[in-house]
Amino acid sequence: MDALILQTLNGLDKGSAYALIALGLTLIFGTLGVVNFAHGTLFMIGAFCAVTLQRLLSLSQVTIDPTKKDFLGNALKVKTPYIEAWFGKDAGAAIVNWSVPLSILLAIPVMLVVGFVMERGLIKHFYKRPHADQILVTFGLAIVLQEVIKYYFGANPIPTAAPTDFAGSIDFGVWMGFPPNDIIYPYWRMVYFLFSVVVIGAVFAFLQFTTFGMVVRAGMADRETVGLLGINIDRRFTIMFGIAAVVAGTAGAMYTPINSPAFTMGMNFLVLSFVVVVVGGMGSLPGAVLSGFLLGILESYASMNWIKDVIPGIDQIIIYVIAIIVLLTRPRGLMGRKGVMED
Amino acid sequence: MGILEVKGVNKRFGGLRALSDVNLSVQQNTCHAIIGPNGAGKSTLLNCLVGKLIPDTGSVLFDGQSVLGRKPHEINQMGISRVFQTPEIFAELTVLENVLIPCFAKRDGAYRLHAFETVAAERDINAQAEQMLRDVKMWEKRDMHAGSLSRGDKRRLEMAMCLSQRPKLLLLDEPTAGMARADTNNTIDLLKEIKGRGDITMVIIEHDMHVVFSLADRITVLAQGTPLVEDTPDNIKGHPKVKEAYLGEAAH
Amino acid sequence: MLGLGKKDLTFLLIVLLLTLAAPILLNPFAEGSAMAQFNAGYPDLMQRIAIFAIFAVGFNILFGLTGYLSFGHAAFIGIGSYAMVWMLKLLTMNILPGLILATLMGGAFALLIGFVSLRRSGIYFSILTLAFAQMSFNMAYSVLTPITGGENGLGPALGDPRVLDAAAANGTIPEVNLFGLSMRATYELDLAGRVFQFNAGYYVCGLLSVFMFYLALRLFRSPFGMMLRAIKCNQHRLNYTGLHSRPYMLSAFVISGMYAGLAGGLMAAMDPLAGADRMQWQASGEVVLMVILGGVGTMLGPVLGAGFIKYCENIFSKINDHVLHEWFSIFPKWLENLLVTIVHPFVGQGWHLTLGVLFMLVVIFLPGGLIEGGQRIGRLIRRKPDAKGKAAATTPAE
Repeated sequence: MDALILQTLNGLDKGSAYALIALGLTLIFGTLGVVNFAHGTLFMIGAFCAVTLQRLLSLSQVTIDPTKKDFLGNALKVKTPYIEAWFGKDAGAAIVNWSVPLSILLAIPVMLVVGFVMERGLIKHFYKRPHADQILVTFGLAIVLQEVIKYYFGANPIPTAAPTDFAGSIDFGVWMGFPPNDIIYPYWRMVYFLFSVVVIGAVFAFLQFTTFGMVVRAGMADRETVGLLGINIDRRFTIMFGIAAVVAGTAGAMYTPINSPAFTMGMNFLVLSFVVVVVGGMGSLPGAVLSGFLLGILESYASMNWIKDVIPGIDQIIIYVIAIIVLLTRPRGLMGRKGVMED
Repeated sequence: MGILEVKGVNKRFGGLRALSDVNLSVQQNTCHAIIGPNGAGKSTLLNCLVGKLIPDTGSVLFDGQSVLGRKPHEINQMGISRVFQTPEIFAELTVLENVLIPCFAKRDGAYRLHAFETVAAERDINAQAEQMLRDVKMWEKRDMHAGSLSRGDKRRLEMAMCLSQRPKLLLLDEPTAGMARADTNNTIDLLKEIKGRGDITMVIIEHDMHVVFSLADRITVLAQGTPLVEDTPDNIKGHPKVKEAYLGEAAH
Repeated sequence: MLGLGKKDLTFLLIVLLLTLAAPILLNPFAEGSAMAQFNAGYPDLMQRIAIFAIFAVGFNILFGLTGYLSFGHAAFIGIGSYAMVWMLKLLTMNILPGLILATLMGGAFALLIGFVSLRRSGIYFSILTLAFAQMSFNMAYSVLTPITGGENGLGPALGDPRVLDAAAANGTIPEVNLFGLSMRATYELDLAGRVFQFNAGYYVCGLLSVFMFYLALRLFRSPFGMMLRAIKCNQHRLNYTGLHSRPYMLSAFVISGMYAGLAGGLMAAMDPLAGADRMQWQASGEVVLMVILGGVGTMLGPVLGAGFIKYCENIFSKINDHVLHEWFSIFPKWLENLLVTIVHPFVGQGWHLTLGVLFMLVVIFLPGGLIEGGQRIGRLIRRKPDAKGKAAATTPAE
């Protein structure tokens, strides 16, 4: 029982990432009708926003302190981050410490710009082209973005720490009446899960309760009719693309303490996220979220030792196995609508 | 016993009763027209005949065999060809290839891995396709892409594709819909000529009364999912019930 | 002859001649000259081009004719490679049994994966194939390590049984061969400063690729090929014409899987080490790229695409800043530095970036690939006498 709870918790953070990427993919697919193979790259770019901010914040000025000597007897060079020089030592250190959550502030504008440029500059021209062309051009774009990031940040993963306040783990089991140290769960993973719940909730609320969202939903259901009403649906869809990019980007930025960002992370997540979208049902937002968490948790279950003893290697392939079964038995996915992508 | 026997067919879509208790018997080598106002269930009936829809109850027998639940290619291999309301052709292939494919399907069945012969080497098939294209006067256009044909030509090509298989039963779904008068007349002439050979049964759904009365041997009038009357064209013309249900509407 | 029309036969003979003469044709620059780095006539690169040409030609049978975009064809490459290495380990260092097994295994796995994946079309098909390939990759990397060698890869070792070979006399692993002809055997010809290398391995790959090209040509001209194109066009009509599209699709999938398996087998034969990374989605993406770049659905396109990409990969990877400075040294210093800075990300390690950019440009501006580009140029200069040769080269590929 406790093992099961632990694995459920462990699956949540990966599931959160899947759900957030799949949500954006579905938004883009539902609104623009485009299969975006570059969406994982947006997640990756978001993660590198966190890296960039961390690097920016640790930029230091070098001052010479004549009162102290280093071991060679020269005047000691002291490195002070600019941020500490400007905001005072404590506040500056706190900002550096909190660079990952703060990077959301950087990621939002960056992702909006990236999203708009992508949509207006490239994807716009592919609305009328076959899906295969959309896949191919976004695939090409993904390679390009990935290589650009690799060029500037190198091929190795870059460790990015969570704020020290969240560094430890929570003894989750004690809350539920299990003995101590039975179910240990890192704070940051919990933060990530809560963050994803908030983001998902915000996206749904936005679509549900604002006029803008209502029009977008109507447009997802029937683009032509909405167009005939004289509503400029394209402009709204562009904005939705930006929002999807922001969702993916912030998800990536917040994920950095869980997995050190590397330039390949986008594609790795993308392949899985596509599977998630297909399992959830192409074009269904709740389906994407549901199957994201579901697959994350199932993947986590499959990595339990006794299951691996029964079926070796199952943890590596569980998601694909599920996807294949779902696609064959319920071709529209768990919550898919009729007529979506059925040629 | 007709070549096509429809017995007690019912089909519901949710609350809508699309077909109720339809009985139909089509005699071999005749042309049977099904007419009726919009929403009378003509297309539903046709879809039941080709296995696209499965009726809730009832049976559809072709040549004594049930067609229900069979896949489209199986039904075609039984000897039923279908002309669609909007021409369904292989737009990116040439006109000749469009006719070659059904010829191969007729000879080789639903599947054959003939990956090592060339198309050009199949003399019989090529001769057959050539004859067919000459019959419909499209031989000169054989190297054109089918997608670049005019609408009338596309229709003729589709007809040629179906006929090249020498089907026992040809189903025509509004074959002259959206055609110019001249094209319509050409199509009628073509169908008359095919009919004249006396070896094909036709079931035709049509709005254009001119077409129906020029071709049909028998006419079934469908209204609200039920056959109203079935009779010869001459009798249908004067039938009061039909006037009420259909011709009255069309006479406006 | 050979069941081909006159035009196709000429076309095939030209391809054959080009393949045979490749070691000469691809080495136009004298050894040691500044341009020598652009030579492509050395065995390793030519082998790779021939192997990927097989892969791409096979992939084109599926994607080009039927329009079904598989994102998992690299799995068959991997399977073919493993099959080859196992034959080298267990049976003999003669590559023939390995090649046969690699082809059959590629086909068998394609049958399995295709049977499931082809129940869906469009994007679902792409994702299903991708899922299967990633699954194979993950398994090869983890649980199947005893068979695949996992991270370290699989290669022939000294202690392997090799039941058909006589025990090696001198404690080294015998060379990979074809009935005694070592794949590494190379005849060097020094001709006025140009060194031409005629390598046995290349000729095995090259002749096999011409043969596979010939088979594909037959397939393109066959009723079967016509049915596949009809599937791309209008599957609905095809079914109502009495043809069952599923077995046609499955056959195409299996055939292209066998091409990939053979390519994988050859890869392992030329460089007897099979690793799981050959199965990753990047590798699947690469073959898609080759076919698109060359020209989807054309005969020659995939070959051109494979050659172009493998050649550029090789050349671009070799260019470093030093070379760039040399090139741009005719400009003023500031411009030289600027140009080097601009070009730098695209060469050397940055080859993948160039590849991505190229890929996008082709999809956006030239969906028909190099073949279409050639045809466009041909049309532009039609009146010039030069155009005639070009048109002849491209028409059979339609």
